Amino acid sequence: MGCIGGDDGVTLLAYTTPREVYEEVIPAFRDTPAAAGVPVRQSYGPSGDQSRAAENGLQADVLALALAPDIDRLVDDGIVAADWDQGPTDGFVSTSVVVLAVREGNPKDIRDWDDLLRDDVEVVTPNPLSSGGAQWNVAAIYGAELVRGGSHEDALSHLAAVFDNVVVQPKGSREALQVFSAGKGDVLVAYESEAVIARQKGEAVDYVVPDQTVLIQHPIAVSAEAADPLAARAFVDYALSEPAQEVFARKGYRSVLPEVAARHAGAYPVPPGLFTVDGTLGGWERFRADFFGPDGHMNRIFGGQELFPGDDR
Amino acid sequence: MSARGMGADRPRITFGRRAGAPIGVGVAVLYMSLIVLIPLAALTGGAFEGGWSGFWDAITNHQALSAVWLTIKLSAIVMLINAVMGTVIAWVLVRDRFPGRGIVNSLIDLPFALPTIVAGLTLLALYGPRGPIGINVAFTQAGIVLALLLVTMPFVVRSVQPVLLEMDRDMEQAAASLGAGPLTVFTRVIFPNLLPAIIGGCGLAFSRALGEFGSLVLITGNIPFQDQVASFYIYSQIESDNRTGAAAVSVLLLVLSLSALLALSALERFTSRHAR
Repeated sequence: MGCIGGDDGVTLLAYTTPREVYEEVIPAFRDTPAAAGVPVRQSYGPSGDQSRAAENGLQADVLALALAPDIDRLVDDGIVAADWDQGPTDGFVSTSVVVLAVREGNPKDIRDWDDLLRDDVEVVTPNPLSSGGAQWNVAAIYGAELVRGGSHEDALSHLAAVFDNVVVQPKGSREALQVFSAGKGDVLVAYESEAVIARQKGEAVDYVVPDQTVLIQHPIAVSAEAADPLAARAFVDYALSEPAQEVFARKGYRSVLPEVAARHAGAYPVPPGLFTVDGTLGGWERFRADFFGPDGHMNRIFGGQELFPGDDR
Repeated sequence: MSARGMGADRPRITFGRRAGAPIGVGVAVLYMSLIVLIPLAALTGGAFEGGWSGFWDAITNHQALSAVWLTIKLSAIVMLINAVMGTVIAWVLVRDRFPGRGIVNSLIDLPFALPTIVAGLTLLALYGPRGPIGINVAFTQAGIVLALLLVTMPFVVRSVQPVLLEMDRDMEQAAASLGAGPLTVFTRVIFPNLLPAIIGGCGLAFSRALGEFGSLVLITGNIPFQDQVASFYIYSQIESDNRTGAAAVSVLLLVLSLSALLALSALERFTSRHAR
């Protein structure tokens, strides 16, 4: 068989939020002449769980996860090739930003991160130790202070102060949205994509894009063990193509293709202080070790311990 | 396990005691090993991957200890409430005649069939910030207790019920005819007979509450040192790629649960011996 289209098809292992996107992208992919009728199986779940399932042997041909470390984990085991991030979009299929979701009409007049410190504001954010996706939120809160010119110490104190105002830390971002919708809290630290989808579904939420926030980048990769590598590659290529990126843009995501992003620029204003984990926080590996390791900053914040123990690094 | 105390003096059924026993025991042990014992052994092995000191560090971590302690406390509260309310429900179902009794009786087991995450969602809708009855206990320890009560409700009821059904009413009548008032009949005759079954049900409810996860997902604040329970701490360790820590705290929970079950079953035997 010269062209793709064996019975193996493509198994997509994805994190939960882009489900609405893939439900449109997949039928369109199967309508393309190259991929006519290739079966596409889908599995959705929390990004970390999906990554660990693949690590433990769950068959997956294409992985679309919430943060790069969940793909990097699989590189060590040879499940994903080390050059997965070398494509034209650096291995990312969509982007978003961390925003502040508020009640409809923004009754508490939330404008930026400083408003999260107010006594009359209750904050909801997923627990960053139990939700890989919530680590974006920590990156946003901490990095925003750095971008505004603060020192590491300022940024860490700011982060601790925000978490002082956090009243619920659900285990994942889906649960956080559910809890917020049920009426808990004034601000939900969320992804723009989720806030847009919630609004499209008629939830009474608005959202504010802070002037300084982190660029969320969602990786996509072909498994080195794909049953039909050609089909898997074709699926990823299609997801990065203009028609599929249009779907992403309509469903709340910032496209990785400049021309698509330009068409939707009105809906997705670029904040002046937009930064990345690689650029501002020294990359995921270091950021994760410093913040979420056993003796990391988050554990110190939760434990109410001294943030700057003795050393003056 | 519930009717143990009452059935002890019935003639032993000796069928299969000779030829069938070795095969039966073999099958039971093999099955138990595959399904329960080997996985638990593997888990324990995982907990000690970092040696004793790694295990010790993992279970003496402040956040872990706080979560485990909170879990024990809340599970104990849930167990005590179950002991009282489960007995009351069993009593009503066995001794009282009222329309719809059969339906109520079959409702008791429903919490077993309900996916626990749905239980949490329901509780959040009813007792959350936008609940229709104006009671908001979501994201408090009271909310956790409420969810645990829902999922553990059947245990005490189902272990007390058969004992009550089999209980000889002649004893009560004899006591009454000898001049005992209703309260005395209950405390001196009925309650001692029920106690082993109540304790047995309590042990199961306590163990179940220790490890509960699903029903708490939407109702707990999950804030470390405030209302984070052990299962959520373990989940956070898995998500932070600290499998050894997750396994270690799980082993601690298992040991606690096993000790509770052993202690309660000793108590159960003690009370059933002294009831008669």
